[in-house]
Amino acid sequence: MPEPARALAEQFDDLSQQREACELGMWTFLATEVLFFGGLFLAYIVYRGEYPQEFAEASRRTELVLGTLNTAILLTSSLTMALAVQAARAFQTRQLVVRLTLTVLLGSIFLAVKGFEYHKEISEHLLPGAHYSLAGSKRGEIFFYLYFAMTGLHALHVLAGICLLSGMAVLALRRRFTSVYYHPVEISGLYWHFVDIVWVFLYPLIYLIGLR
Amino acid sequence: MKTPAPTRVYWIIWASLLGLLGLTFGAARLNLGQFNSVVALTISVAKTVLILLFFMHLRESKRITWVYVAAGLFWLGLLVALTLSDYWTRNLAAVSK
Repeated sequence: MPEPARALAEQFDDLSQQREACELGMWTFLATEVLFFGGLFLAYIVYRGEYPQEFAEASRRTELVLGTLNTAILLTSSLTMALAVQAARAFQTRQLVVRLTLTVLLGSIFLAVKGFEYHKEISEHLLPGAHYSLAGSKRGEIFFYLYFAMTGLHALHVLAGICLLSGMAVLALRRRFTSVYYHPVEISGLYWHFVDIVWVFLYPLIYLIGLR
Repeated sequence: MKTPAPTRVYWIIWASLLGLLGLTFGAARLNLGQFNSVVALTISVAKTVLILLFFMHLRESKRITWVYVAAGLFWLGLLVALTLSDYWTRNLAAVSK
């Protein structure tokens, strides 16, 4: 078990100052991530404003049931993540590892379902490009371009989160966290919840706009 | 600064999030005209607030953290507002011809 001196980086006075700097650093990164995804959401708003009918029609070709299931899976993974942070704060290492593993598992199921959706859509020629075909709707192709770009970028973030949380689980198993040093788990949690929030907005914009 | 939430609160938030998911799924089937988008995005914002306050512990964070969150949203607002003020005040189809 590392003594507090090893966990403390030399530029900080104490662990609570270090923890605060870590937290604000992550929030700053998340603010840049908001703008990263924001550009794509903006493109979506502009083109859906121009072609509302074509977007609704294209949206009806997405997998509503799988998308809804995936939303529930990701929301549940946020619960297990929040519980993992709680275990880290209470210095319950076993619980921490179990809950991180559950979160990684749920994230992996999310990606597997998303991959199945991509497979189905590509085989139905919905991937924009030379083989795209949705009768009478070249404008619907813009919807699918945005669909693949936005969900693809989101899936990369889920993958990054899975790697990050797996790393945290390994560190926890190696007893690198203590009752006063656990902020890597906390800020990894912030990142995971952010990725969940992005999906909370993607879900209605992709799957639900053609239902009525 | 408030004290951390007990475990029960996390489960209540999770149940609320799944409830809101069901609500947004149901509301999308009603024909509300333009208000379908308004309802869907309002529910997404409600889910986001729950995740931010409880799962991301904003409720117990210092004020400085709130300033960082507000800054992120402010710049997103600038991005969207300034761009749409352009797109929505000229005819895109006429320009691209």
